[in-house]
Amino acid sequence: MFLLSIFLPLLSYFVCIFLNNLVKDKTLNFVSCGLMVFSSICSIFAFIFFHFDGEKSLVITNWISSGSLNVDWSLNLNLLTATMIIMVNFVSTLIHVYSVGYMSKDPRRIIFMGYLGLFTFFMLFLVSSSNLIQLFVGWEGVGLTSYLLIGFWSHKDEANKASLKAFIANRVGDFGLLISLFTIFIVFGTININEILLLVNSHSQSYFNFFGFQVHSITLIVVTMFVGCMGKSAQFGLHVWLPDAMEGPTPVSALIHAATMVTAGVFLLILMSPLIETSKFSQNLILLVGTLTCLFASCVAIFQNDIKRIIAYSTCSQLGYMFMAIGVSAYSVAYFHLLSHAFFKALLFLGAGSVIHSMSDEQDIKKMGGIYNRIPLTYTAVIIGSLALMGLPFFSGYFSKDLILEFIYLSESDFKLFAFGIGIFGVFLTSLYSSRLLVRVFHGENNSDEKVYAHIHESPMVMLIPLVILAFFSIFFGMIFHNFFVGPSIESIWSKFMFVDSEMHQAYSIGNVPKLMKKLPLIMICLSVIVVFLFYFKFSRTKEMLKEKLKFFVKFFYYKCYIDELYEIIIIKPSYYLGRGFWKSIDIDLIDNLGPDGISRFVSSLGIKVSKLQSGYLYHYVLSVVIGLTLFISIYIYIF
Amino acid sequence: MISLPILPILIALPLIGLVFIFLSSEKDENAEQSKKSALWTSTSNFFLSLYLPINFDKSIPHFQFVNSFSWFNNDSLRFSLGVDGLSMPFIVLSTFLILACIIFILPQAKKNMKMYLASFLVLESFLIGTFSALDLFSFYIFFESILIPMYLIIGFWGGERRIYSAYKFFLYTLLGSVLMLIAIIFLYQEFGTISIPKLLDYTLPFYIQIWLWIAFFSSFAIKIPMWPFHTWLPDAHVEAPTEGSVILAGILLKLGGYGFIRFNLSILPDASIFFTPFIFFLSVVAIIYTSYIALVQEDMKKLIAYSSVAHMGFVTLGIFSANIQGLHGAIIQMISHGIISAALFFSIGSIYNRYKTKRINFFGGLNLKLPKFSVVFLIFTLGSIGLPGTSGFVGEYLTLLAVYSKNTIVAFISTIGIILSASYMLKLYKRVFLGGLSENLDNKNDDINIYELFLYIVLVILIFIIGIKPGLILSYTTASLERIIQLYPISIF
Repeated sequence: MFLLSIFLPLLSYFVCIFLNNLVKDKTLNFVSCGLMVFSSICSIFAFIFFHFDGEKSLVITNWISSGSLNVDWSLNLNLLTATMIIMVNFVSTLIHVYSVGYMSKDPRRIIFMGYLGLFTFFMLFLVSSSNLIQLFVGWEGVGLTSYLLIGFWSHKDEANKASLKAFIANRVGDFGLLISLFTIFIVFGTININEILLLVNSHSQSYFNFFGFQVHSITLIVVTMFVGCMGKSAQFGLHVWLPDAMEGPTPVSALIHAATMVTAGVFLLILMSPLIETSKFSQNLILLVGTLTCLFASCVAIFQNDIKRIIAYSTCSQLGYMFMAIGVSAYSVAYFHLLSHAFFKALLFLGAGSVIHSMSDEQDIKKMGGIYNRIPLTYTAVIIGSLALMGLPFFSGYFSKDLILEFIYLSESDFKLFAFGIGIFGVFLTSLYSSRLLVRVFHGENNSDEKVYAHIHESPMVMLIPLVILAFFSIFFGMIFHNFFVGPSIESIWSKFMFVDSEMHQAYSIGNVPKLMKKLPLIMICLSVIVVFLFYFKFSRTKEMLKEKLKFFVKFFYYKCYIDELYEIIIIKPSYYLGRGFWKSIDIDLIDNLGPDGISRFVSSLGIKVSKLQSGYLYHYVLSVVIGLTLFISIYIYIF
Repeated sequence: MISLPILPILIALPLIGLVFIFLSSEKDENAEQSKKSALWTSTSNFFLSLYLPINFDKSIPHFQFVNSFSWFNNDSLRFSLGVDGLSMPFIVLSTFLILACIIFILPQAKKNMKMYLASFLVLESFLIGTFSALDLFSFYIFFESILIPMYLIIGFWGGERRIYSAYKFFLYTLLGSVLMLIAIIFLYQEFGTISIPKLLDYTLPFYIQIWLWIAFFSSFAIKIPMWPFHTWLPDAHVEAPTEGSVILAGILLKLGGYGFIRFNLSILPDASIFFTPFIFFLSVVAIIYTSYIALVQEDMKKLIAYSSVAHMGFVTLGIFSANIQGLHGAIIQMISHGIISAALFFSIGSIYNRYKTKRINFFGGLNLKLPKFSVVFLIFTLGSIGLPGTSGFVGEYLTLLAVYSKNTIVAFISTIGIILSASYMLKLYKRVFLGGLSENLDNKNDDINIYELFLYIVLVILIFIIGIKPGLILSYTTASLERIIQLYPISIF
């Protein structure tokens, strides 16, 4: 069961790639979706047949064995991985179905389905691997497939640039993760996740010689691992690839940049939570980076005009919330938000895709507007997604996000007030950009071409059904599974698989959070909705005026704080400069000139000089004979 | 068990094929007959070489399949052949790559085809000789004779600046070997033997080791090549014909790594420990420096050539970290680089055969013209940047892990190499294969032919097999390598 749920997507990939031109596209679409459905069913069964507290490792075969390093290809099944597998499979299945409709006009649609399958496989492989190197396989694998999928429309130059950027930004993260893996092996002597977690306590005081300094080994491990997670989960500094990745087809954005790939970083940290607990420094670091990302991304999102980019930045900021939760040891809450976020973010992206589809591939929200009555189902879906994202009560975002804020409030972290303040402010910003998006896209006046406007149509059923299912989960997921992730019983459920701070959970269930704090997010939402309403419907002139007054800020955020440009100046240009410098001045001018070419020049010039002695005149030769003879005779006499 | 004199057979067989080639009287550029004989010879030699891994006893760290002949009627100068776990994979790699080259030549036409094929067969014989030589004298002879066919391949069938490159290649490598010859003569004078197995048992005084180490180092460092002795490589690669580049990158560079393990590491352990920081420094510089250079190259072959230097940097790092992970990693990295760089050079050859240029700027959107080929090339690219699951990852991971246990700074800096390698390789892929179709590429529209397809599929499969089950190769080497590592008490793992 369990194996099937992981390897069926891979099978789907092979089927799609190898039978591409042999079998009809319709059949292949059906087969790949069918395989995914089957795989989801398997994962649910695997979960049901498996007891809550059970753990199982399936060793497939040996991979690397070299000295004391012994790595197997093996899979881990426990509550944490099983639930994650269900989520990935489930969301992925819906996106498969959706893509059948969305990509129906693309000539390479089957390859696209194949890539989706491969991507799902790598994500499942990442989630279920029992050792960190195998996890790294999945980790790089999702990087690779996202590279392929972002650059799927390879005739678009933008898409190619974006995919390259995504791969390299991810590689920077992988670099950190690799260093972390090396350190783990040297400190713990093993790379198996379960063994590492068992050994954490005995190594909590060990030190490691890094760059000649004695560094607390677990802090080093967690910080470098966090660099990897920053790359994958698009945290501030390495986030640059995520918005650009929107160049890919929309289902890709939904799958990669909402539900699966970006959550890998959060997932890894949750998996390694006992490690993080032993290092105060890295906890604070994670909290601060998460906070910063949350603030930064939601600020930028307000000023973007591309519908997908807005959602992408909101993903960034939501991931920031998850990292904040990790930073205050509320792992189960982070995991809860991860799952609920997967549903409503996939819903939002797919809804946006549906909008784009109906608007004839228009992505600029300035060219939309007033279309809510033309595409009612999509409209409802996007509204539900946005409300869940804002965290309006009783939608799933409300449960998970507010929990994070409350746990930050309850925690004993040094930066808790700062983080809490930013978190609340983030709620305000989130609802600000969400409602701006809704207003701009669906309400107000239509700004599109007449042609496009005339052509607006609701998407086909294959695209709508996934929307409906996701909408259902976006509303009810939080409500149903709320008790599963928080509350008094959670220690018995989760403590085997992640660190659970029972004190905090107890404090929570007693109700240590003041009423006002609990209500703050809701107040923020109302406030921001009022602001948007006023700006867009009542005082639109004031808005223009403000925009003019705050031109600098608007521009600053519109250009994403100039981080891309900064990287261009401090990293990319110098690299080329260095490369050229090394090549032209050192390789060619220095080494070749002094080395082989220099020597051969020297030899030939010496030859020319020597050959000049052979002048052909008899008296020259006689002179040299006389000199030579005199020399030899005098030496002979001198010696003897 | 009847012991077949397998190694002499492997060495002699290509020479027999050579006779057949010369017997044919073809003068044209196709030389069908000669191609057939070359194909048969190399195929049978490849399958014969599989006799080695099948009958190899993995538990024995010593040399196996030993054959010894006396020459010069002198008992201390015996010509002996044999393999251990270290050299065996390289012999199979050589026969495989020569076969691949011959297959790749089949659909082509070249001036003086007979000679071209003959050079490869001679090369094969010499390569096997070098890897299986058990005495310094024959090692040196084989090692040096490889230069002759290689020199001819570059100098005869190369590009525009072939003469310059061939000279540079020849003189550069010869210079290093001369010092090695001195070292070999010295060893013979001092110990009265040139047998490698015997030398393994001696412990030399430190001050002698230092000098011998430098002599051997100068030869192998140029061969592998390490920074700053690498400048012959880009020139040689750019000018060499496709198959020449394949052999050059696929096997000749590995001679350096093999030599390092066989001589510097095994016979001169104290000096190796002494020089380790020096080697680490050169390797790190090689990895970072050549990666940066590769980033700005305009010629595809030159780019791959520079990337080879960077990959070999990982090999030297692994070798001189002198623990089991490092050596395993170095060997896997060499084998994997042998396959991947060969594959990349073949691919560039395929492109070159179609468009007669290797300039990156010339291309763009090639995946629209050659869809199958672009997929294959992407896989090779990914192998080269060490994506987990491909063979490149195992080598890089193990070597870096080994170095990390010795020196975190070195490992940290060289890990940056994986970011750079991704940058330059994917940039190459993007500029050649992706984007809008370049207007230079019209009219021609033939995807890869059946020979190429076959070859590439085999290479792709190999890349994944080694990546997923590196144990298939590593298990052969473990016993021999552990014997070497015992010399290094400071190795922790």
